[in-house]
Amino acid sequence: MPIHEKSLIRPENLVTHERLVLEGVDVSGDWSTFIEPRVVTDYNENLQDEIAALPGGEFLHRCWQCGSCTNACTVNAINPDFNPRYWIYLVRLGMEEELLRDKDIIWQCVSCHKCTYACPRDVNPEGVMKATAHWLELKGLTERKPSMLFDEVFSEQVFATGKIEDGRVLRQFFAKTGQSLFQDWLVALVRSFVRRLPLGLMMRLGFAGVFRPRTKGWARSSAAIRDHVAERRAEERRALGLPAGGPEA
Amino acid sequence: MTREYKRVAYYPGCALEETGHAYNRSTKEVGKALGLELVELKNWNCCGAMEVKNIDPKVETYLSARNLAIAAEMGFEVVMAPCNGCYHNLKKAEYDLAADPATRESVDRLSQRAGHKTYESGSVATIHALDWLKAAIGEEGLRRRIRNSLAGLKIANYYGCMYTRPRHIFPEKDKGPGSESTAKPHFMDDLLAAAGATCVEYPLKTACCGGAHTLSDSDTSTRLVLNLLEGAEVCGADVIATECPTCHTGLEIHQVRAEKVFGRKTRVKILYFTQLLGMALGLSARRVGVHENFSDSSDLLKARRLG
Repeated sequence: MPIHEKSLIRPENLVTHERLVLEGVDVSGDWSTFIEPRVVTDYNENLQDEIAALPGGEFLHRCWQCGSCTNACTVNAINPDFNPRYWIYLVRLGMEEELLRDKDIIWQCVSCHKCTYACPRDVNPEGVMKATAHWLELKGLTERKPSMLFDEVFSEQVFATGKIEDGRVLRQFFAKTGQSLFQDWLVALVRSFVRRLPLGLMMRLGFAGVFRPRTKGWARSSAAIRDHVAERRAEERRALGLPAGGPEA
Repeated sequence: MTREYKRVAYYPGCALEETGHAYNRSTKEVGKALGLELVELKNWNCCGAMEVKNIDPKVETYLSARNLAIAAEMGFEVVMAPCNGCYHNLKKAEYDLAADPATRESVDRLSQRAGHKTYESGSVATIHALDWLKAAIGEEGLRRRIRNSLAGLKIANYYGCMYTRPRHIFPEKDKGPGSESTAKPHFMDDLLAAAGATCVEYPLKTACCGGAHTLSDSDTSTRLVLNLLEGAEVCGADVIATECPTCHTGLEIHQVRAEKVFGRKTRVKILYFTQLLGMALGLSARRVGVHENFSDSSDLLKARRLG
């Protein structure tokens, strides 16, 4: 698969002249298109350190820009703008403005680990994607994305009971993102399932909906996990220079 | 190797208790039919899945390590996890605990605060249902026990992401003949071929189904799954055999969604490899929970006189 690279030549950087004669030579037509010189001065010198302080970003500094991650990437194959190599480059150089152009797609990493498998430098690009998406949200540079909301609904159940119940995760996530449970594909799926009358499983699912599955004696584990997460969150906010508290606290 | 797999600890995980119940049921039934004993971990908890990792990776490791500690306490040296996510996380916990002192420290501290023994790394080996059947019974043993051959059934074996990636957490793979390959896994192919099926060449066997974003970025998942389904049909498969509840349910959900949202219909059936093996061993379709799948494969099974 070829490496699809993002072009730095954007429409707003092109300068075209209807008619252009240089030193007596007519260079009209395609020759009259030039690229605006680009001078970057607004580096964010803390960018790499901040993302490296978040879980998954630890090995960012190892990257030598071979592009194996982007070449292997599942999401890149369906959206060429999804470019882990390029984002790691921007983070290392501190080019925050450029990174922010893609702030609404970085969260779409599907964690298939193809990049991590391919990476010759053990950068853990999948982790860098998560750390970058997390950084954008902690800094308030994007709204909270569906995947973060899903992770929270899911993790909250694990922290509370030690186990998850699929139906509850689905219902809570749909409620949190304001989606109807009656999506036509979901209705079709459930209809076809119910038609075959898997009574035992239907009772099992209904039962789990009422009496939530839980790990016995989980209270102490739950408390230990919550303390740990709160401590980590506070450390992260300090590393990013953010005041204590914030939307997640 | 073979003998110690006759009786192993069993970690079903959350999905197998509900949406993936057919996998739980068929795994247990296949074990019973083959004389293998599964002893469920006492009072287990969620492995942490991908979601907890995204919130805090060390908590995920703690959650998985707690399950490994239970297996050790019950006197087992081997724990079998049929779910790719659980299998992956237990393997990852094992790796991280040995390789990363900071993770070790966090897990010890969490275990201490939670009031239970911490997991001593290296004391329990995690295996997948594929490793279990391949080592405990093997192709030869399976061939002898087949009562209803899958002959003529064309299967695309789909392994997904978590079974082979990232490779550093699977030190026993890629060790030459007899071991599993991370680039081109074949254990499921081997077992189903021994049951008489024709395993088609399926280049997408470790491609991603987008399971991470099944609900949070459904269109991306549907596109990825559609690619898998259409790819399997192009390869001539009647059935996609799965070995992970998240992949399996994802394929089922997005097969319907691809039709409803993108107007692209696919006919390939989706079954757990344990359901196929169970029927080949002479178990009924109901015994291996075919009616508990979200997708309906009864017409194919009837046509093939399976189950």
